[in-house]
Amino acid sequence: MKKYILDLTVNSVEALSDKHVLIKLTDDKPLPEMLPGQFVEVRVDNSPSTFLRRPISINNVDYDHNELWLLVAAVGDGTRQLQKLQKGDRLNCVLPLGNSFTMPTDSTQKVLLVGGGVGVAPLLYFGKRIKAMGGEPTFLLGARSAKDVLERELFEQVGRVLITTEDGSEGEKGFVTNHSVLAQEHFDRISTCGPKPMMMAVARYAFKNDIECEVSLENKMACGVGACLCCVEKTVEGNKCVCKEGPVMNIKKLTWQI
Amino acid sequence: MADLSVKIGGLKLKNPVMTASGTFGYGLEFADFVPLEEIGGIIVKGTTLNPREGNDYPRMAETPQGMLNCVGLQNKGVDYFCRNIYPQIKDIDTNMIVNVSGSSPDDYAECAARINELENIPAIELNISCPNVKQGGMAFGVTTTGAARVVRAVRERYNKPIIVKLSPNVTDVTEIAKAVEAEGADSVSLINTLMGMAIDIERRRPMLSINTGGLSGPAVKPVAVRMVWQVAKAVKIPVVGLGGICTAEDAIEFLMAGATAIEIGTANFLDPAVTIKVRDGINNWLDNHGCSSVSEIIGALED
Repeated sequence: MKKYILDLTVNSVEALSDKHVLIKLTDDKPLPEMLPGQFVEVRVDNSPSTFLRRPISINNVDYDHNELWLLVAAVGDGTRQLQKLQKGDRLNCVLPLGNSFTMPTDSTQKVLLVGGGVGVAPLLYFGKRIKAMGGEPTFLLGARSAKDVLERELFEQVGRVLITTEDGSEGEKGFVTNHSVLAQEHFDRISTCGPKPMMMAVARYAFKNDIECEVSLENKMACGVGACLCCVEKTVEGNKCVCKEGPVMNIKKLTWQI
Repeated sequence: MADLSVKIGGLKLKNPVMTASGTFGYGLEFADFVPLEEIGGIIVKGTTLNPREGNDYPRMAETPQGMLNCVGLQNKGVDYFCRNIYPQIKDIDTNMIVNVSGSSPDDYAECAARINELENIPAIELNISCPNVKQGGMAFGVTTTGAARVVRAVRERYNKPIIVKLSPNVTDVTEIAKAVEAEGADSVSLINTLMGMAIDIERRRPMLSINTGGLSGPAVKPVAVRMVWQVAKAVKIPVVGLGGICTAEDAIEFLMAGATAIEIGTANFLDPAVTIKVRDGINNWLDNHGCSSVSEIIGALED
């Protein structure tokens, strides 16, 4: 897929929690095609301590409104500066980068999309694509507490939504892998994005139950295009760049001790 | 439009802008962003005789105005390069230069000899300055005898231009430059990364898997300009300058310090189209200052 450097215009910035904002970007020209699971490297201005671009996963591409959505969690100064963007500001983006989630083979496949924290971001766009092909994805979203559940209404428009919170303030109490649905139902494939311990737990469940499973990794990266080899993940085929051969990887390829 | 062409030994460059090894892949990774044939030279990823997996993750740490890396020369080896990558890059109409590394002088020489057979690789850059491998790499680049041994071994088996990439992690870089010049190097490029370290204070652990790494980016630029200036005065062969170049003004600093050409490295991560912007910026600067050729500013410091 052709990659672009675009100065996108901020359409809106909406706070979703005390830590998360949703930035909607647009352009004069139609946005290029982007796949679910791909990401954008954004340049952060006005942050002297932020030297490199920040990789942000694609939350949604709304082609009807020519909008790219980025869900940004405040992690360090770079992401805090991104949260201060205002309508009309420009954001320099390199996109679309990386591979993508694997689409289900047909609309009858039961797909479980497991997200934790800001890791729910790419699952919305993925779920929309699955719905568009006639599928009905199940989202299993994990958060610390009710106020940290992100984009709940949007997920509900796309598929069935199940929630776990660590404090039990919404949905079932515990981690995503504690949710009762995992014992009660069978899924044909799982895609997951979130903190590594969560993804490892999901991978362990999938492996034990012989379910196809892919994870979206967030190794620290520099170039974003497979040139610098900084973000490598060990795989059964040697080191692979998360930025180019990922971020989505099948758990069968990883060397995780699950 | 000024004349931007320069010569490094027998190597003719359409402009003085090259890409630094390890920051631009094989060029192909950036083909969507820049017309590759308009870059003066593309120095591809460090290549060794045998495949190398490189160091463990994490390999990178962001630092003020720069970054540390300890990639450790991950590459699939020279035979893979010749078979699988060379066919993809041989028709890119610019100087496709291979950066060669090794763990012994014989390694370097054998790797260079295989690249010597590739018609469309007009030169090599010898990396005697990688700080991230235990054997070889910088071990050769920090003594005059080690540097000379590698260049001598390669010179016997490689008959096209050799650019030797020097380490800044030395007491006197001019001594190393003179030693490789005496062995028949056609050019020297400097600086490779400065050895550095960063610590995650919450975890009380180094940020990098092998503790230390090479620092690059604007943070190192003044050190690089100083070393280029010293070396350009000490040797007769052309000098290629690199270290933190992000803009045309940065590049012109190096040219005035005595560099005949420059390499852009880490800045490719910040702006994948930076190479062409720097080339255009040099041209504009020359036009605005009434210079008809880039050669007018090379080493052109006022006394």
